[in-house]
Amino acid sequence: MAQLSVNNLSLGYDGKEILNGLSFQVTAGSYLCILGENGSGKSTLMRTILGLQSPLSGEVSTGDGLIQNEIGYLPQQTAVQKDFPATVWEIVLSGCQGRCGLRPFYRREEKQLAAENIRRMGITELRNRCYRELSGGQQQRVLLARALCATRKMLLLDEPVSGLDPKVTGEMYRLIDTLNKDGITVIMISHDMEAALRYATHILHIGKTVFFGTKQQYLESSAGKAFTGKEEM
Amino acid sequence: MSLMDNLKMYFQYPFVRYAMIVGILIALCSSLLGVTLVLKRFSFIGDGLSHVAFGAMAVAGVTGLSNEMILVMPVTILCAVLLLRSGQNAKIKGDAAVAMISVGALAVGYMLMNLFSTSSNISADVCSTLFGATSILTLTLTEVWVCAVLSVIVAAAFLFFYNKIFCVTFDENFARATGIKADVYNLLVAIIIAVIIVLAMNLVGSLLISALIIFPALSSMRVYKSFRAVTICSACLSVFCTAVGILISILSGTPVGSTIVAIDMAAFIIFSLAGAVRR
Ligand SMILES: Nc1ncnc2c1ncn2[C@@H]1O[C@H](COP(=O)(O)OP(=O)(O)O)[C@@H](O)[C@H]1O
Ligand SMILES: [Mg+2]
Repeated sequence: MAQLSVNNLSLGYDGKEILNGLSFQVTAGSYLCILGENGSGKSTLMRTILGLQSPLSGEVSTGDGLIQNEIGYLPQQTAVQKDFPATVWEIVLSGCQGRCGLRPFYRREEKQLAAENIRRMGITELRNRCYRELSGGQQQRVLLARALCATRKMLLLDEPVSGLDPKVTGEMYRLIDTLNKDGITVIMISHDMEAALRYATHILHIGKTVFFGTKQQYLESSAGKAFTGKEEM
Repeated sequence: MSLMDNLKMYFQYPFVRYAMIVGILIALCSSLLGVTLVLKRFSFIGDGLSHVAFGAMAVAGVTGLSNEMILVMPVTILCAVLLLRSGQNAKIKGDAAVAMISVGALAVGYMLMNLFSTSSNISADVCSTLFGATSILTLTLTEVWVCAVLSVIVAAAFLFFYNKIFCVTFDENFARATGIKADVYNLLVAIIIAVIIVLAMNLVGSLLISALIIFPALSSMRVYKSFRAVTICSACLSVFCTAVGILISILSGTPVGSTIVAIDMAAFIIFSLAGAVRR
């Protein structure tokens, strides 16, 4: 059974459709890369999967032991965070908030989980630093650690490497790959064809033509040929 | 007579003690949500609400209600909720709605005061509603109690939901995605702001409330780097500035509200310098 099933989904804003008839499934442990032009609706799709906005029609369902609130999310950076006074520790710990219900404080196991994920991301020495003073790559690691606190099963990453320099981008991709190897399902939006083909197991390409399938199928499909062909030019 | 004796003499009067107690409570509450307000770009809502409270105060004065709070509080809370809604609605721009409501409330309030007021000195009335002139020094015991109870509720709600407010302020989308009811907490924040504004009208008047809410937060954000430190520092700073402001205004006869805000500004300058040195 699939962890995430999207059925005949149509999405958009204020009744205006961006994308329709979208169907695909994500099974545990896979690495799905979502490709497409700017403005093709990748972020909108992710927001719909997370329940941040409702679909115009169709449905998103979770299964295989995954609950919708247990999906870790790495959003595209928002403006508010730029001058937010908060330490790395405070931010990562806030990823556990979903488990708290109405309880006003964090339990010891939640603090342990946060510490564990900080270590996993290799940012232990940044623990008491202020988020706004970190480099772009360090900030993304913090947000990734926070997302890991919210999930053990699935991560949704919206352009996790945008704005990072090539070296840090490579490190970020390897980090995500390790998480995937550890058994976390990854769904990632990316512009980076090369990385997608290197790490992903499945590709979802949205735009004028929609493609969903394994990486192999994608390379053989016309959508993939057109895209990779363009890359080479 | 020394300064201390002088103060001792003033503190024998109950109205001075009441003013001090209420001032400190309001300063504490108003600073708590400052950071959230600044960072969530809610500060314009605070500004708009203070004008609404002014309008409601005028209406309450005209209708001759014995306790103005009965009208002012619900109206301000209602407007807080409406403004929050309009801010989320992409079609009507949030700040345009705020401008409309706040300017409208100011105009209507001033007009009503002029048309129906029984007082002989209208401009003094208006001035004291806008700048809080002397109302803090004319508090009754009941008003002190109402203020104390509401302050305790506000502070308790803030403490209880501190972690959730942090989460929703830092990243609303992430909070929603992990199942936190962000709308509920936004609503809670809006209601708390409304309550604080109505309370603070007594202290600094409706025009200066935003300063009371925002200055301590902005000051501590210059120096401290964690949300917790910023929150604690703004609470302490706000209480300190307000207490000093009240003392100065009692001793030298300056208007309470503007003295407090002037001291808040001075603190902001000092903290900005300190922050610049530290960097
Ligand atoms: N809040 C919004 N309200 C209305 N339209 C929006 C909103 N956000 C994005 N859009 C539109 O939806 C389309 C898809 O946006 P998005 O999902 O962000 O694309 P992508 O992430 O693939 O670049 C764009 O045409 C954009 O203009
Ligand atoms: Mg996007």
